[in-house]
Amino acid sequence: MQPFEYRTPKNLKEVQQELKQFGADAKLVAGGTALIIMMKQRLVRPTCLISLSSVRGLAGIAEKNGALRIGGSTTHREVETSSLVRRRLPLLAETYRHVATIRVRNMATVGGGLAHADPNQDPPPTLIALGASVKASSAGGSRMIPVEEFFTDYYETVLKPDEVITEVSVPRLPPNSAGAFLKFLPRTADDYATVSAAAVVTLDRSKKIFSDVRIALGSVGTTPIRAREAEAVLRGQPVKAEALRAAAEKAKQAVDPISDFRGSAAYKREMAGVFVRRALEKALEGFKRVKSAPSRQSKRRGRR
Amino acid sequence: MEKKIRMRVNGTKVELQVPTNRLLIDCLRYDLGLTGTKEGCSVGVCGACTVLMDGEMVSSCLALAVFADGHEITTVEGLAKDGELHPVQKSFIRYGGFQCGICTPGQVVAAKALLDEIPKPNEEQIKEWMMGNLCRCTGYYKIIESIQKAHQFAK
Repeated sequence: MQPFEYRTPKNLKEVQQELKQFGADAKLVAGGTALIIMMKQRLVRPTCLISLSSVRGLAGIAEKNGALRIGGSTTHREVETSSLVRRRLPLLAETYRHVATIRVRNMATVGGGLAHADPNQDPPPTLIALGASVKASSAGGSRMIPVEEFFTDYYETVLKPDEVITEVSVPRLPPNSAGAFLKFLPRTADDYATVSAAAVVTLDRSKKIFSDVRIALGSVGTTPIRAREAEAVLRGQPVKAEALRAAAEKAKQAVDPISDFRGSAAYKREMAGVFVRRALEKALEGFKRVKSAPSRQSKRRGRR
Repeated sequence: MEKKIRMRVNGTKVELQVPTNRLLIDCLRYDLGLTGTKEGCSVGVCGACTVLMDGEMVSSCLALAVFADGHEITTVEGLAKDGELHPVQKSFIRYGGFQCGICTPGQVVAAKALLDEIPKPNEEQIKEWMMGNLCRCTGYYKIIESIQKAHQFAK
C-alpha cells in the first residue's frame, strides 16, 4: 500500500472539512474490509483515509415512526443480532447473517457495504425489496435516496464525493406481508452468491390475491436488479403456482449476468428464475393459510 | 506518514509510532514480536490472522494498525494466564484439534471468542461461528470436538 494521511474526525462537520481539503483523492473508511483489499491490490490509491469510526452518532439502530433507522457505521453483525431488527424485520437480520463470516460482519458496516457497491453483495436485494432508502449527508444538507436508485454500475453509486451515508431507513412492512431472501451458494458457505433473490409479498385480506410484490436480485448484473415485470405479473393475481412460474420467467428476462467462476451467464439466468420462484414460495410460507404453496411442497417431497 | 497509536495488547499498554499503511498483523508480528498470529490469504477469507478487538473477532490482515488505536487487542499469546493454558488450548491438545498448526492460532482465538459468548456451544453454533477459519489439513471434526469439550477444562 502506498502511504496516506489518516484522519479521525469526531463529527460530520469535521468529515466535511477533511473531504474538502483532500478532495477526490480521499476515501472514507469504516470497517475497511473491502477498501483495504482494494488498496492492497492497488485498485484504489487514496492519498488520505478519513475514518468514520470516531464520528459520534453514526452507529446504532432505532425505530422512528415505524421505520427502522440504521446508522451508517452500524456493523453487519449488529444488524444481524439486534433484537429490534429480529423482532421487526427478521428478513433483514437474516439477510445480513448471510454476508461472509462473523469475523467480516464484526468489521463491515451497513453504510460502507452500500458505498462499496459490489453487485454481488447480499443486503441490497433485500433492502430494495423492503423499499429502504439511504440517507446521504453533505455540508449542503442531506437527501434520501431509494436503495433501488442508489447503484449505477460496478462499484459506482449516485453518491457525490462530499456525501456520507449517515443512515439507512427501512419502512415497516404493510399488513399481510412476508418476505424471504435466498442465496445460491454452490461453492462455499462464505462465498458471494452465484445468484441471490429477495421477495416481499403483500396479500389482500382474503390472503388469496397478491396485492403487492417486490422482487430484487443480486449477482446477476452490474448493479442489484429489481424485477419489476416479474412483480407486475403477480400483482392482482391469485396466489397460485402458475403465477409464481410466470414471474420466474419474467425475472430471467430482467437479469444480465456474466460468466465467471461462479457459473456461466446462461446458468445464472436460469437460476435467477429458480431462485425468484423459491423466494416467493418461501415468503408465502409466512402465510400459513395459503393453499397453493403447500401443495407444491408436498408434491416435491413425494418425488424425493 | 506516521501516527502514534495507543492500545492494550494482551493486557499490556502499548504506545508506538506506526506508518499509517501498517497492517495490524504486521504491527503485531514485526513491531511487537507477537508472531503467534499467522498470515494466510491476506484477504480476510482464511481466518489464520484472527485476533480479538475489544473481544470481537477481526481479520488483522484487513485492519490497519491505526484502527486499533484506543482498543484492546487479544492474540493467541494472550490466552494463557499465569503460565496456564486457556481451557480451549488444553482441549485442542487433548482432542487433537490441529494437524500442521498454521491455522491453529486463528482457530483457538476464534474459539475463545465463541466460548466467551456461548460457554457450551452445540455443533451447529460451532460450525456457524468457525465458518471463516479454514484448515487446509481439513481437520474440522477434531476442531469441533475440541471446542465442544473445552468446557471440561474450565475451572
